Amino acid sequence: MQATSQAFQRNVSAALQNPALQKALKNIKIGFVRKRAAAVAKLPEFELLRDAGCELKNHVLDHLDFYLERFEAKVIESGGQVHWARDAAEANQIVLEICRSVNARLVTKGKSMISEEIGLNEFLEAHGIRPVETDLGEYIIQLRHEHPSHIIAPAVHLNRDQIADAFQAHHAPYGFTERREEPRALLDEARQVLRQQFLRADVGITGANFCVAETGTTVIVTNEGNGDLTQILPRVHIALSSIEKVVPTLEDVSLLLRLLARSATGQELSVYTTFSTGPRRRDDLDGPEQFHVVLLDNSRSGMLGGEFQDMLRCIRCAACLNHCPVYGAIGGHAYGWVYPGPMGSVLTPQLIGIEVAAQLPNASTFCGRCEEVCPVHIPLPKMMRHWREREFARHLTPAAARFGLGLWAFVAQRPKLYRLATNLGAWLLRRLAASKGRIRSLPLAKGWTAWRDLPAPQGRTFQQQWAARRENRL
Amino acid sequence: MTTSPPRVGLFVTCLIDLFRPTVGFAAVKLLEAAGCVVEVPPQTCCGQPAYNAGDRATARSLAQQVIAAFEPFNYVVAPSGSCAGMIKRHYPSLFADDPDGRVRAEQLSAKTFELTLFLNDVLGVERVDAHYAGTVTYHDSCSGLRELGIKAQPRRLLATVAGLELRELEESEVCCGFGGAFCVKYPELSNRMVSDKAAHILATGADTVLAGDLGCLLNIAGKLQRDGATIKIRHVAEVLAGLTDIPAIGEPEGDE
Ligand code: SF4
Repeated sequence: MQATSQAFQRNVSAALQNPALQKALKNIKIGFVRKRAAAVAKLPEFELLRDAGCELKNHVLDHLDFYLERFEAKVIESGGQVHWARDAAEANQIVLEICRSVNARLVTKGKSMISEEIGLNEFLEAHGIRPVETDLGEYIIQLRHEHPSHIIAPAVHLNRDQIADAFQAHHAPYGFTERREEPRALLDEARQVLRQQFLRADVGITGANFCVAETGTTVIVTNEGNGDLTQILPRVHIALSSIEKVVPTLEDVSLLLRLLARSATGQELSVYTTFSTGPRRRDDLDGPEQFHVVLLDNSRSGMLGGEFQDMLRCIRCAACLNHCPVYGAIGGHAYGWVYPGPMGSVLTPQLIGIEVAAQLPNASTFCGRCEEVCPVHIPLPKMMRHWREREFARHLTPAAARFGLGLWAFVAQRPKLYRLATNLGAWLLRRLAASKGRIRSLPLAKGWTAWRDLPAPQGRTFQQQWAARRENRL
Repeated sequence: MTTSPPRVGLFVTCLIDLFRPTVGFAAVKLLEAAGCVVEVPPQTCCGQPAYNAGDRATARSLAQQVIAAFEPFNYVVAPSGSCAGMIKRHYPSLFADDPDGRVRAEQLSAKTFELTLFLNDVLGVERVDAHYAGTVTYHDSCSGLRELGIKAQPRRLLATVAGLELRELEESEVCCGFGGAFCVKYPELSNRMVSDKAAHILATGADTVLAGDLGCLLNIAGKLQRDGATIKIRHVAEVLAGLTDIPAIGEPEGDE
């Protein structure tokens, strides 16, 4: 996916002026924020679970090599294969080769953010293999040639009309010539179209929320059951995951599942939680003939031991997106790459470079709501600040901002000069406000006065007045 | 009791120093009424703008300046959750590679408090001697709320202001969009956030909106007043100290 993070400011303007998007974003509050709050309120031990989840992930990250090797051994033991991919290109190639080995033409896909990260759909299409998304949201945006705008609700930016349009434009070949608008009817239509794909697919590709080291199992959670059909019906199942998703035991999975569903959708558990261990065994009723796990690094190992390691605890619940006032204002596409919201503002610079993604960690007020809800206590604001530090150290900060900061710093480090400057500033701003108490337009602070008045200083500065008061007292 | 009264160094904050000295005097009044001896050592800024811009060197240098100026006091009190949060939660991390500096930063951190939290939790002040005839609503500024746990303290104190009725604000814990440099670096985003905040504030029907951080208040006032709203905007300390004869934020003088 071509990143547009550099055009963040333009993306923001466009998003704010897109009424359909703005309307759709309102649903997040009702659909996610309130439901999460209710689910958390019902579970007294939720805070303890968060601490435990955080500790568990820290433990795994400290022993990542050990658990990954164990996981691989167990997958092989159960008849599957593990493929290690250093980067997106390797991961795509691995998937392509597996597909080619079985002459695959049609591939069904469960929802996978790793697939988005590596641009798998485009890659497969370019090589003559047709990928069909089976998660309803993913399917809709695939029809519209879009990318997900949210990590668990990929089509959250769309409304019913837009979905009806997309179906009408694409479903005629399947016998659906009439436009339908009723949600249930749209769902049934998608189901019937997708069912044909499920039955015809040669390979099924899913993500994996967790990879269990003790059993070699991959785990996915879905609410539609599409993941199950994707991985059970075709001859080959490929689970795409990344190295930080490994956990030691099934018991650990149960801990993280309790955190994940509540944080994500306010559910106690997702509707389907599917465990896959190896290919179909002799006495199994169904299942694939081949089971492959692709484990992607893509610069994650470079985060180990550094100031971004904590980010690898992320379980992709999207609570930080749902609670972020910036995400809530602009949606996911404005971020310009695969991962939006606070988690994306930390992860994206690592994955595609701070030069391209510099705007993302800057576009935050550090309000801290993301960290407050993160089920594994990731200090997202702190890590966005680390990116700003790197940017500043590498002189990537825009020149005007740097100059302003430098001037301010020079003065602020000299209290006498500072008092002089603020006395003057207070006087000047008051003159500009005349007697109105506020300033409507200030050329040097256009960013402020384009949208709001600037309240004028009351009079002399506090320190001036305090000094005068003390003199009077003495 | 033989103990001498606590000596408090008031960290007035750069915004209050420049824009709203009344808040500084309100803090002094409240602290003195609670039996503190208040002093105001020479000061500039806590360094947060540099810290959040990624300029650690400047942030650290300003932190050293603050630490040196405020070390002699029993307590450091700021009428701002944001600046108090900077000193309390972030100063120590600026000295990760300087053990002595870190110890000094931690010592300062331990005795630094936001005003309403200090009055209520540390000094045990349960009531204030003030009167305010009006319905107010309260915005929970992010740093105070999430870094310092300020939520109940200002409400407890406001509940003792004679004549005051508090009407809670929908989404009071959602950011107003100020964010320091954020509001001028991302003005459209900031405008959208403060517009939402302003709408919630007006929906309460309160005649005054209060908060504990001047940055948020300037932002909220600037938006409400640009849109022609007449609701009054004040720092919570002004109301708690009864300094409400003075025009509210952004209001012209001489109306009285
Ligand atoms: S950073 Fe935390 S809140 Fe955000 S998606 Fe990851 S686990 Fe969820």
